[in-house]
Amino acid sequence: MSAVPVPPPQGTAPAIDVRGLVKSYGGRRVVDDVTMQVARGEIAGFLGPNGSGKTTTIRVMCGLLTPDAGTGEVLGHDLRRDARRIRREVGYMTQRFSFYEDLSIAENLAFVAGLYGLTPVRKYVDETLADLGLTSRRDQLAGSLSGGWKQRLALAACIMHDPKLLLLDEPTAGVDPKARREFWDEIHRLAAGGMTVLVSTHYMDEAERCHRINYISYGRLVARGTVAEVVKGAGLTTFVVEGLDGAAMIDLDERLRGAPGVEQVAPFGSVLHVVGRDAGALKASVTRIAGGAGARVTPAETSLEDAFIHFMGGAKDNMA
Amino acid sequence: MNGILSLRRLRAMLVKETIQMRRDRVTFAMMLGIPLILLVLFGFAINTDPKHLPAALVAPTQDRYTRAIVTALEMTGYYHFTKVGVSEAEAERLISDGTVSFVVTIPSDFGRRVARGDHPQILIEADATDPAVASGAVSTLGTVAAQALRREQGASAPADQPGALQVVVHKRYNPEGVTQYNIVPGLLGVILQMTMVMMTSMALTRETERGTMENLLAMPVTPLEIMLGKVLPFLMVGAVQMAVILFAAKILFHVPFVGAMWLLLLGVLLFVLALVLLGYTISTLSRNQMQAMQLAFFFFLPSILLSGFMFPFRGMPGWAQAVGEVLPLTHFLRLVRAVMLKGADLTTVQPQIGALTAFVVVFALLALSRFRRTLD
Repeated sequence: MSAVPVPPPQGTAPAIDVRGLVKSYGGRRVVDDVTMQVARGEIAGFLGPNGSGKTTTIRVMCGLLTPDAGTGEVLGHDLRRDARRIRREVGYMTQRFSFYEDLSIAENLAFVAGLYGLTPVRKYVDETLADLGLTSRRDQLAGSLSGGWKQRLALAACIMHDPKLLLLDEPTAGVDPKARREFWDEIHRLAAGGMTVLVSTHYMDEAERCHRINYISYGRLVARGTVAEVVKGAGLTTFVVEGLDGAAMIDLDERLRGAPGVEQVAPFGSVLHVVGRDAGALKASVTRIAGGAGARVTPAETSLEDAFIHFMGGAKDNMA
Repeated sequence: MNGILSLRRLRAMLVKETIQMRRDRVTFAMMLGIPLILLVLFGFAINTDPKHLPAALVAPTQDRYTRAIVTALEMTGYYHFTKVGVSEAEAERLISDGTVSFVVTIPSDFGRRVARGDHPQILIEADATDPAVASGAVSTLGTVAAQALRREQGASAPADQPGALQVVVHKRYNPEGVTQYNIVPGLLGVILQMTMVMMTSMALTRETERGTMENLLAMPVTPLEIMLGKVLPFLMVGAVQMAVILFAAKILFHVPFVGAMWLLLLGVLLFVLALVLLGYTISTLSRNQMQAMQLAFFFFLPSILLSGFMFPFRGMPGWAQAVGEVLPLTHFLRLVRAVMLKGADLTTVQPQIGALTAFVVVFALLALSRFRRTLD
């Protein structure tokens, strides 16, 4: 998408400051010693494969789960003692649509406004509907909305009380590219207004729209920083191999896998990305195998995705 | 705003719950349909023949004839004199509040009349609100008493003197022994119990299963507000059901209503509150709607069987009566029968009002202590 956004200046007390969070289910540490800071006004990306503990970590942060170990403050409130105040100042958008499908759009908003004590309820509802462009459909049942509209409604309901921190759990799953783009534009607008946002996602392009990213794998935080820092921190070298036709390329793919220094081989259209940590060994293997087969080999920039695949392979598997 | 109960938040909960209740047409139909179906189904009665029923004895003079009659009545197995030598006023109170099922009155001139052969009379008043209770005991009465008297008079008795003893039986409150008089007010309790507990037992599991619980818990609403928001709308449903049943009681079964309406309303209010809180407690204990349903039934069956609705309470063995005492329905049935059929006043039904209030408090505390504020 667009250029890497510039993170806001640090220095004020962080919006999220948690240390050594642990949460286990049935002996399995779903969240394993997670320490994380998110500065005020920052858009923090929270990345990791399925089941890596993103949702659990977010739930701990908004007081929906009690951590087994670890301490922390969210918006300056203690995670364990001030759960009620955290709730009032945080907006949490769940992964699954969790508003009432048998209530109309306006009724859902009125319910949320009532619970947050926003008065007059009617004014808040009308304004939110107008912002959403849903005024004419206010009496439609929320269950009859499309995925993209449900997501927009959920976001609108979560920010109606003007939270200082917005926690978004895979907000764009199953939403079309245009709606995703608009959603991210909205996130940036909110952040520009001073709101801190922590958003979990699978999508690389979304990660690149965050100020900072935190990568979690098997419950452990394995990388954090700006996209450039994370990619650099992975210490990977990448070569692009191209110039052969389909069958020969597939053959090359097979032979490159497992060669010394080669960690990942990924086809992108008619080219292969070959990635490895040991630059010398990688170069020798690629030159020998690909160059020997008559393909063109050029050094390339390592992508965020390459880095993530590397992290996933490297993280200790505690699922077993 | 910071307290555990904000009217603004409670109002938001109530509005939401009421709308959802109205939109759920199947459930709504069930809430109105069940009373009608049950009323029709239970139009016929279940009769049994309980024994050892508590009785009070009003006998100003204790002569040998009196003792003979009392012994003979106890020998039948139906009467068990728990209150002996009480005054008439006291006896009236005992039968009205249900402490005894019978009052046997032997007039002071009974002995003299026996001796003179002058048509001696004894009066047996039976609490016939539950006709099953009274029928067996009353039917054996005449012959037993007459035989006892004859034995006591010995040889001096004129053989086969017709009409020597007159046993006057008053079936109180329900003179014709119409079973519906007993069943229909009872149905009010059973129907409320069935629908209220079942509906509210889903209150939280439905939120959990639809995935809305996570969102609800993430918002600043307190456990007390959630509980009240979930259960209070059912007071309206209870009121509608009560109206339907009382109307049917009057029109279809011609059940008399001699007591005070406000007292019945107070009883229904407490009973329904106890039920919805019980249902809500169940929903805090269940993981899904299926479990909630099973738990509700687990409670429902003993309530029907042991509360005195299906079988006369006094006919049950001691352990069953003990179980019955801890069911809200038992106390509500006593109350509704006493108020509707006997015209009991507040003082008379005080124990029932007290018991129902206790259930409300206990269930509310139980539910609140069980409610999990987190998803752990």
